[in-house]
Amino acid sequence: MVAAKKLEVSNLSIDYGGKTAISGVSLTVREHEIFSIIGPANSGKTSFLKAINRMDLFTSSMRVGGDIAFNGKNIRQWRNIYALRQSIGVVFPLPIGLPLSIYDNVAFAPRLAGIKRASELDEIVERSLKRAALWDEVKDRLKSLGSLLSGGQQQRLTIARALSQNPQMLMLDEFSIAVDPVTTMRIEEMLKELKKEITIILVTNLVQQARRLADHTAFFLTGQCIEVGETDAMFTGEVKDVRTSEYIQGRFG
Amino acid sequence: MFVASELNQHNQKTERLFHFLFALMTILLILPVAVILGVLVVKGGSAISLEFLFTSPSNGMTEGGIFPALIGTIWLVAVALLFSVPLGIAAAVYLSEYANDNWLTRLINLAIINLAGVPSIVHALFGVGAFVLFFQFGTSILAASLTLGIMTLPVVIVASRESMQAVPYVFREACWNMGATRWQTIRRVVLPNSISGILTGVILEVSRTTGETAPIMFTGAAFFLPYLPQGIFDQTMAMSLHLFVISTQVPGVPENLPYGVALVLVVMVLLMNSLSIAFRTYLRNKKKW
Repeated sequence: MVAAKKLEVSNLSIDYGGKTAISGVSLTVREHEIFSIIGPANSGKTSFLKAINRMDLFTSSMRVGGDIAFNGKNIRQWRNIYALRQSIGVVFPLPIGLPLSIYDNVAFAPRLAGIKRASELDEIVERSLKRAALWDEVKDRLKSLGSLLSGGQQQRLTIARALSQNPQMLMLDEFSIAVDPVTTMRIEEMLKELKKEITIILVTNLVQQARRLADHTAFFLTGQCIEVGETDAMFTGEVKDVRTSEYIQGRFG
Repeated sequence: MFVASELNQHNQKTERLFHFLFALMTILLILPVAVILGVLVVKGGSAISLEFLFTSPSNGMTEGGIFPALIGTIWLVAVALLFSVPLGIAAAVYLSEYANDNWLTRLINLAIINLAGVPSIVHALFGVGAFVLFFQFGTSILAASLTLGIMTLPVVIVASRESMQAVPYVFREACWNMGATRWQTIRRVVLPNSISGILTGVILEVSRTTGETAPIMFTGAAFFLPYLPQGIFDQTMAMSLHLFVISTQVPGVPENLPYGVALVLVVMVLLMNSLSIAFRTYLRNKKKW
């Protein structure tokens, strides 16, 4: 059985005030898979995520062309972009704990969504922190500042925050840059569990991370999607473009 | 073993020289403040008493206290802030959080800078034309305070905008990605983290407004009034104008009286500045990133 299409991107192009970041990217992300995007710096991976989240509306120089369909519906036709953003969680390369307590960080999105009952918020905070494998470490100090946590803990806090809005899709942008290897492995285990429930897009500069986790992998280079394919096939040499295999083998990047 | 070469010694001498020079310049800066305060205390200290603070001037302003002027200044500053602070912060929020960088915002920024450079006497004449005559507020606290308010606007706007811009952009992105609107982001993240800078700007403006004379002298401050203002459409006495009047316009004022008025004025301003610094330090220590 072929899984339903969660995200369909066709002929996407992005430029910032005339400077092209992405051109002619088309790909499909299926429900309940981990889809990884690999590629060297400046290949347009982050811009790709921004376009999905309609950040172009809040970034004055950013222009987006082409079509993106989320759940089969063009994201330009979502009249409420805030609802769109709430159904897509984002995790940034460097952990960005808002200058609030651990509890308030995780309760931020639910509060935006209008949830006020303390019991309900408590439940969401606990569930999100558990899913992000952070609950046991912070359950006794939920009122202390999120920014006082270690780097690895902060990154799990931002993952918990992204999960608190109960998203259908989670986009992680090079989440392991500021995280120690042990925490990285814990988060990776967590992502494998998580994909049973939601769809995950994993932008990573670690080729092996994509290999460990992803069902499908796309290789981006200088704003173009060179190749998309099943991860296993890609890593066992079934590549169409010689640049892909060179990048995977670490000859450049 | 290390032996200082001629070049080393030369460098060390130059270093000591510049260290001394910079320290000297800094001390020279303190000097005028110390001298002014010293002179005021020596010459005006004898005029200060509770009675001085809480009675009206009497006998053609050659005796008595400064109570109506003190109260009047508080009125003027308070009404001016009620006008300029909400307006200034709102404008700063727009410029910092909503406006794109285009010719219109650049024009607005230019206008704000120019507004800050307009001499206070020009503000005074504008106040007469706009508030006293055109809006027919008459010479009143309202007209004088609006004039003061317009003068303080640029600093409130610039200070607020700068402190909002100092809140890291990534915080906003994190909020937007969670589906927060711009306003939700401003209210929950930007304003709480920039409030210390905004308040510093406001309090510094309070102390400047307290001392301004020209903008109020044609718009609402009176030479002498035997009663306290009852509302914003009354005229009022003010500390700064009172000082000007008894120093230059009234014959037979004992010498310690103007010095005493000046001392009270300066101490008021210094107190407010110290308050602002203490408050800023307090809020900065509470900062969370």
